[in-house]
Formats: sequence, structure tokens, C-alpha cells
Amino acid sequence: MKTCLIVDDSRVIRMVARKILEDLGFDVTEAENGQIALDMCQKSLPDGILLDWVMPVMDGMEFLKRLRALPNGSATKVVFCTTETDVGRIREAIANGADEYIMKPFDSEIVQSKFMQVGLI
Amino acid sequence: MRIENFELLSTLLKQRSGLVLTKDKAYLLETRLMPVARKYNLANLDQICDAVRTRQDSAMIADITDVMMSCGTHFFRDKKPFDLFSTKVLPRLRAARADTKKIRLWCAACSSGQEPYSLAMLIKEAQETLGGWQIEILATDLSEGILAKAKAGIYSQFEVQRGLPIRMLIKYFRQNGDKWHMDSGIRSMVDFKPFNLLEHPRALGQFDVILCRNVLTYFDQPTKAKTLSHMSDVLAKDGILYLGLSETVRGVSEEFKPVPDMRGLYQHADADL
Ligand SMILES: C[S@@+](CC[C@H](N)C(=O)[O-])C[C@H]1O[C@@H](n2cnc3c(N)ncnc32)[C@H](O)[C@@H]1O
Repeated sequence: MKTCLIVDDSRVIRMVARKILEDLGFDVTEAENGQIALDMCQKSLPDGILLDWVMPVMDGMEFLKRLRALPNGSATKVVFCTTETDVGRIREAIANGADEYIMKPFDSEIVQSKFMQVGLI
Repeated sequence: MRIENFELLSTLLKQRSGLVLTKDKAYLLETRLMPVARKYNLANLDQICDAVRTRQDSAMIADITDVMMSCGTHFFRDKKPFDLFSTKVLPRLRAARADTKKIRLWCAACSSGQEPYSLAMLIKEAQETLGGWQIEILATDLSEGILAKAKAGIYSQFEVQRGLPIRMLIKYFRQNGDKWHMDSGIRSMVDFKPFNLLEHPRALGQFDVILCRNVLTYFDQPTKAKTLSHMSDVLAKDGILYLGLSETVRGVSEEFKPVPDMRGLYQHADADL
């Protein structure tokens, strides 16, 4: 079973995303900010990460940079999922190693389409 | 709704678009036609039917067919058939048409344009290998309303997130608030025209690839068979026909057979690609 880590400071978003990803067959774990997610990734890297941008403690962009610097940290597929919808932000995310990008609000079809795009479905 | 009115509307839809409306779909009439009723200041479906009978108002009849035909679509729908377009279909045509350097593609039920624009983006991506080639994409649909949207090439944030890779979004679209505008270079590659699949397409010329996806499914057997036979008439001998993944030629047409190992792609029955 493929694993997916959801990183978002909103409990509601994590719950909605968990339901969608579990229905798509993923084994799901959650983190409420980038620091917690990074600690988890240092122990074991998931196949995919659904990543919010704006979060307390460590934001999504900082997390992404540190993830990519981990040994084998480029193997994990990262799908941003954020209210940052400006095209400049999207370019910045891709330049820093994001594989796909979801602009909130999202639904199950969008999540499925993006995880298909990165080859996890 | 009175039964004779259900029959009136289903006959109207069948004649105009080929759409078969079975009794179990009658509830769709109610939900979809009420906005049309309001637009024409009518109180309910029975009044719409009276108006169809007495006025034969062609704008209203077009509105009725428009809302009844499901036109849901998205970019790179089903992904795989489009991957095959880039990896197999296009390279093969590049070899087969090396003398004329001309390729003609037809999206036969293009809806709001995502399908032909997906092809256009793939062709653009393959541009280095197609220098000096003339590639025509004809995109047609029965609904003039939906064609206007297709031509405008303006999509919502939801629409651009279904099937479209993020790199293509930022490369081929311009952001304007929460709308995304298709790049004019891509838009100019597609020629949009109204065309009813119940008619013979000979006036459109011959094509190397035809996409007729997710529309036959609304037709009855004889209409499917006739449409496929028309497609066969205008598809090049070594051409490819794309159908929707839930559609098939099996049991419907002897003129086509599946391309082995390429789901959704069909060739002439006597071809061997
Ligand atoms: C579900 S959409 C398919 C769009 C696209 N080909 C795809 O696969 O995503 C069906 C389209 O068929 C069009 N259509 C229905 N009957 C038609 C007819 N008789 N001639 C041409 N287009 C028709 C509708 O207007 C609608 O846009």
C-alpha cells in the first residue's frame, strides 16, 4: 500500500484530505506543521506528501527545501495544496522541487487527478 | 409532467441531437429544464412543451438540447489515450506523412474545448520535431453555446485542475483573478465550428485522427452505427479513431477494430497498424 503524509495546520482539511486519500487506497499519516513532518520524514519517507504552504512553526516551502536535502529526499512526490494561487507562487514551488500543485478549494477529483499526474495512482 | 410531454421532449432531443432519453432519466428534465423555463418566463415543463408545440422557437429548442446534453469534460481526459497520442500516434504520422507534412485532426464532440486544446498543447510540445509541418485541428460540437465557451478559452480554477499538469498550466495559460486564459498561440491552433454528428461529415474533408469520445454513449444502436460508418468514410486508410473508454465498436460496427494494446484507439477493420 502506498503511503501519503498530509501536512496542514487545519484539522478539518486534514480530515477531508485523509478521507479522499484513503478512498484512493493510500495509507495516510498526518502532521500539523513542517517541523513535525520533517521529523517524521527523517525516520521514514512516505511515497507522497500533500503539503500546505502557510503553517506555524515551519511553513511548507521551508519543509520542502529541507525534505529535498535529505538523503533520498527527492524520491517522495510532493503535491502542494494551498490557498496561495498566484502563478508566481506556483513557479516558486516548482522551482523548489514540488511535483504538482493544488489550489484550494479542492475536491476528490482534483486530488485524484494530481496524484495520477505524479504517478502514485 | 404529462406523459405526452415526456414523449414530445424525448422525440425532440432524439431528432435534434441523437440523444436518447429513457424514462428513468425523466427526473433530469425537471432539474435541468427549470432554468430554461424561467428564462422564457414559463412556469413549468408542461408550459415549455406547449411553447415548443405552438411556437417552434428555435432558440428555446437549442437551449433545451444544450442543457439536456451532458457536456462534462476535462483536459487530458483519461490521460493514457493522450500519452499514446504523443508517444505512438504522432510519431507514426510523422513517418507516414513525411512527403506532405500535413496532418488533420478532428475532435467531433469537443464540448468546452479541453479536448482539442489538450491535443494542441501536445503538438506544441512536440514542435521541434514538427518544424515546417502543417497541423490542423478541427473541433466541432452541436451546441453553439458550448462552442462560444470553447473559443474563448477561459477556464475556472476547478476546470484547470482536472487532468492538466501544473507545468502546462503555467506554461500555456495566463492568470486573471480566479480565471485562467488559454494562451492565444494555442487557441489559434484550433478551428471551432458547429457540426451535428447526425449529418454526414464529408464536407469537412479527410482526417488522420478522429476523436469521437463520450458522445456515442448517448445515442441508440442504429445512430451509433451510422455515426461510426460516417467516421469511417472520412478517416484516412491508416488513420486512428479515438472513442471514450466506456465506448466500443464491438457489436456496433464492422468497419473498425481496436488497435491492439491501445485502449480507446481504433483502426479501419482492414488496416494493420
Ligand atoms: C460529454 S461531452 C464529451 C466531450 C469530450 N469529447 C470528452 O470526451 O471529454 C459530449 C458532447 O457531445 C455533444 N453532442 C451531443 N450530441 C451531439 C451531436 N448530435 N452532434 C455533435 N455534438 C453532440 C454535446 O454538446 C457535448 O458537448
